[in-house]
Amino acid sequence: MGEILVLVDHADGAVRKPALELLTLARRIGEPSAVVLGAGSAAAEIAAKAGEYGAAKVYVADGAEFADLLVVPKVDALTQIAKAADAAAVLVTSSGEGKEIAARVALRLGSGIITDAVDLEAGDGGPVATQSVFAASFQVKSKVTKGAPVITVKPNSTSPEAAPAAGAVENVTVEFTGKAAKVTSRTPRVSSGRPELTEAAIVVSGGRGVGAKEGFGVVEELADALGAAVGASRAAVDAGWYPHTNQVGQTGKQVSPQLYVAAGISGAIQHRAGMQTSKTIVAINKDPEAPIFELVDYGVVGDLFTVLPQLTGEVKARKG
Amino acid sequence: MSLRIVVCVKYVPDATGDRRFADDTTTDREGVDGLLSELDEYGVEQALRIAEASGDAEVTVLTVGPDDAKDALRKALSMGADKAVHVNDDDIHGTDVIGTSAIIAKALDKVGYDLVVCGMASTDGTMGVLPALLAERLGLPQVTLLSEVSVEGGVVKGRRDGDAATEQVEAELPAVVSVTDQSGEARYPSFKGIMAAKKKPVQSLDLDDLDIEADEVGLAGSWTAVEAVAARPARTAGTIVKDEGEGGKQLATYLAEQKFI
Repeated sequence: MGEILVLVDHADGAVRKPALELLTLARRIGEPSAVVLGAGSAAAEIAAKAGEYGAAKVYVADGAEFADLLVVPKVDALTQIAKAADAAAVLVTSSGEGKEIAARVALRLGSGIITDAVDLEAGDGGPVATQSVFAASFQVKSKVTKGAPVITVKPNSTSPEAAPAAGAVENVTVEFTGKAAKVTSRTPRVSSGRPELTEAAIVVSGGRGVGAKEGFGVVEELADALGAAVGASRAAVDAGWYPHTNQVGQTGKQVSPQLYVAAGISGAIQHRAGMQTSKTIVAINKDPEAPIFELVDYGVVGDLFTVLPQLTGEVKARKG
Repeated sequence: MSLRIVVCVKYVPDATGDRRFADDTTTDREGVDGLLSELDEYGVEQALRIAEASGDAEVTVLTVGPDDAKDALRKALSMGADKAVHVNDDDIHGTDVIGTSAIIAKALDKVGYDLVVCGMASTDGTMGVLPALLAERLGLPQVTLLSEVSVEGGVVKGRRDGDAATEQVEAELPAVVSVTDQSGEARYPSFKGIMAAKKKPVQSLDLDDLDIEADEVGLAGSWTAVEAVAARPARTAGTIVKDEGEGGKQLATYLAEQKFI
């Protein structure tokens, strides 16, 4: 089994949880090496973390290009490292940018690409990826048949498990090529203080039934009582009641938490595509015919503005 | 010289239908009605707005797909695109995204372009990587996943909303753009638009026209292979209660039983 390159997603100088999941999965198919790009002075700390989760080697490259130009510098770096290391596979987090980087690296390496894997296992002749498709109504197992497989994996596909390894840093000087768009300004997203939507164990979402921006107050209060992330249906986002970064669904985030609470969400296919693989689903909706009730483990037909506050009160009382 | 905009669109099975796989593990296109991918409507819309703002532009809509895919082209033409290109060849059946990007890149070179516009992803495959692959193949800057886009003085600018930050990005033309479902509601075709679309030219191209060998594409030419497909087991029916004053408490009891509280 060869070297499995893991592109380490980081923000604000810290490793993001999906990168630790990738390192955990990488150990199933070979020996993980981490790739840390454009992390500046945080690189050493990020490399140490990657070592804790099983990276024997950590390739580090830095330069203004990673922040100033879109996607291409990361493609340059990852391709160069993959070639030099003769990597057996390349794993990247399934974010919008992660998938774009992975695709271009695959083309440069002459490798097939699989996106949005939810599981990864060793198989005869290379890793086998599981994908959840057609709004999560089918599971597909597939593999790459040409070149070193390039696979993007969705957040929350496994639990990160530490497995200390050397984490030996190797600094890389990247030759930048290709035409890239310029990033002329960057505004970091303001943290809500709540867990990341794609990483949270519990998600509480509101939809059309919430009725207004102010209506999300009862959704947020329940989320905070449960220590949950807040999600929103496309209808609620399109109406301007909640930010697009919190949209759950086909064109938003795909979440797979332990518990998903849908409040005032009808359960249109576009929404189901983003939450159908949640372990336990509960819903509150006025309409007993709402399709969301076909998915639930427990459903309450009623007004969310009376049910949610009562539930929040009970949660607080039981948690003491 | 007028601005040549090419919008890449896909004909997909209706997401609200009962989508399935055919026996060869490709998407079953028989059982469910097809249509222009909803996310590509945003691409067509932004291309039309850019064309309207420039005053001197031509919008071509391009698809790769079977005979029925002409319906997707017709929809885009009825929204206001000027002409269409349909790449259609039996040997394309089963082509993966790497092969599809090779076909589209060749077709774009043949048609000519200053700006290539795509949707953020298809609603069937949902990979969202084709715009990046086109940029790589054509050696163009990618200006992708934009929620706002404009073209002025030969420069395309836009806003890209990422997980960790919002970025303002720009590149000189020619460039490849993709737009999200936040970029602006797509227009409905008017009756006049629908009638006019019937007379707009649709050029057909096959693999020969693009100098692509049959073994470079199709299922056999794919760099990935599906080993198994299985329908997800249906979720078992849950408990549904009607709120008669205690709904929140009942739900709390259930969540406590499940150890969430």
